[in-house]
Amino acid sequence: MTSLDTAAAPQARRHPTVKPHAMGIVKHVLLIAGSIAMVYPLLWLVVSSFKPNDMIFKDLSIFTRDLTLQNYVSGWTSLQNPFGTYILNSLVIAVLCIIGNLISCSLAAYAFARLKFVGRNVYFAIMLMTIMLPFQVVLVPQFTIYRLLGWINTILPLVVPKFLATDAFFVFLMVQFIRALPKEIYEAGQIDGANQFTLFSRITLPLMVPALATTSIFTFIWTWSDFFGPLLYLRIPDMFTVSVALKGFLDSQSTSDYGAMFAMSVVSLVPLFIVFMFGQKYLIKGFATTGIK
Amino acid sequence: MSSLGELRTMASQRRRGHIKEKHPDNLAGYLFLTPWFLGILVFCFVPMLASLFLSFTKYNLLRNPLQNPPPWIGLTNYINMFHDPTFWMSFKVTVLYVVVGVPVQLAFALALAVFLNHGVRGLTIYRAIFYLPSLMGGSVAIAILWRQVFGKTGLFNSLLGLFGWDNPPGWIGNPNYALWTIVLLHIWTFGSPMVIFLAGLRQIPDMYYEAATVDGASRVKQFFHITMPLLSPIIFFNLVLQIIFACQTFTQAYVVSGGTGGPGNSTLFYTLYLYQIGFLNNFQMGYASAMAWFLLLVIAAFTALNFVLSKYWVFYDD
Repeated sequence: MTSLDTAAAPQARRHPTVKPHAMGIVKHVLLIAGSIAMVYPLLWLVVSSFKPNDMIFKDLSIFTRDLTLQNYVSGWTSLQNPFGTYILNSLVIAVLCIIGNLISCSLAAYAFARLKFVGRNVYFAIMLMTIMLPFQVVLVPQFTIYRLLGWINTILPLVVPKFLATDAFFVFLMVQFIRALPKEIYEAGQIDGANQFTLFSRITLPLMVPALATTSIFTFIWTWSDFFGPLLYLRIPDMFTVSVALKGFLDSQSTSDYGAMFAMSVVSLVPLFIVFMFGQKYLIKGFATTGIK
Repeated sequence: MSSLGELRTMASQRRRGHIKEKHPDNLAGYLFLTPWFLGILVFCFVPMLASLFLSFTKYNLLRNPLQNPPPWIGLTNYINMFHDPTFWMSFKVTVLYVVVGVPVQLAFALALAVFLNHGVRGLTIYRAIFYLPSLMGGSVAIAILWRQVFGKTGLFNSLLGLFGWDNPPGWIGNPNYALWTIVLLHIWTFGSPMVIFLAGLRQIPDMYYEAATVDGASRVKQFFHITMPLLSPIIFFNLVLQIIFACQTFTQAYVVSGGTGGPGNSTLFYTLYLYQIGFLNNFQMGYASAMAWFLLLVIAAFTALNFVLSKYWVFYDD
């Protein structure tokens, strides 16, 4: 704040006609206009999902009187399974992925951040480089492996890799976090004769809860929104996730039930919005510590 | 420090040659890393080598590669690929998307971050509003929304109607515009880099700006001589990674075009074409592997170019 207060004075002197106060109002007007433009499509989606089908494209206003829940009722049942099935499928995958990432990434991160062993730097460099590896390069053989194992139409291809620390981004995030913990705690633990596993489970894990929270939130958002994986591996309607199920509305567009499609789109965004409301702090911290999304 | 910064530091330490330490935790280290070792082997190294091999074979998904090994056909997949106009179309579409979408999105993010950083009241609210789209932007629901917003009778055209444009085109259905709606979707998600830039701006000590103000430097001068140099490593890392991620875009293109890449292949993104080739039509997985390796080489070239150019604009204070 101090820099701003001192900076404002010469600014005002250069433009004597514009008072700092007026500048502030202009700024807010611009920002509010920008915010509305950014969020308007989302608001329109939500309001449209409550409009009767023939009204959706007639007016672009988000202020309207005759709202109905009909789209939600028809949308919930208009695909092969009730929409709840797809939500449940997505939730199961997301929860398992979160558990997998928390366990495997924290183990790997502890090794990289706290332990000294032969080849650590080489492995760490490899780990960082896998963040940049395009997934297409491993796609065909992975698909072949899963097919030979009989894993197609199961959630295993989406979940098992998470238990083997394949999300290098989270390993890196946790490494950053563990490195910032005070070294004295570990020295004290070692004097008390704690082994590395105790140091990990009793000292590191409780202290790195914020990093674990960030990991859980990001994992949830990414697996919930993931489309390519479920599209590839889950090919029977009973197994569909929310994102693949939503695609079903596009395939059957001859019926053009836009209301139902919008309603279920809103339903699919609700969990992301809840996570956003309650997890914002950890999301933003996660960004700040790693410098990448 | 970002992951790329970390790699850079390690490389320079290696050159200076001062990594010499004892290794007292070998057993524990390898035990803790066991899942990661398994993962990197089974899901990364082996598949990478396998896809390189398959790219020189005629491999069809429907056969079992262990009992019935795919025949070696040399460079045929690559030659066919370079003679395939649809392949080049998908390449062009993706490159256009990346070289326009990524820089414009980052420029927006930077501009907003600088704007918000000058002590705006209600920063956390604005930050949250701008951040929300980037959190949802990768989902199928938003792509569905986009398809309707830029359709013939969509929200965007109703808006144009208010300004007196009576019969605007259907943007999604027009091969000249469809790609740009997806580029716009990418720009709309500028919130996540904005948050990163805001965090970076917080690291710049106030005294630099105070000193510059005392010396009479204008806001513009301060931006180019203080903010840009000090933020340049973060901008650079984001540029590199966003380019890599943007090259792999799939969901938006799939949903907006209904899986076809249309109209007229104008939204046939590289990954979408790879999916069609390998998993949809004839299961030509050798060809798909060749495409994947070509993509890897292109991304490596992009990244190398970025590193070369970074010498001219990225500033490290070490």
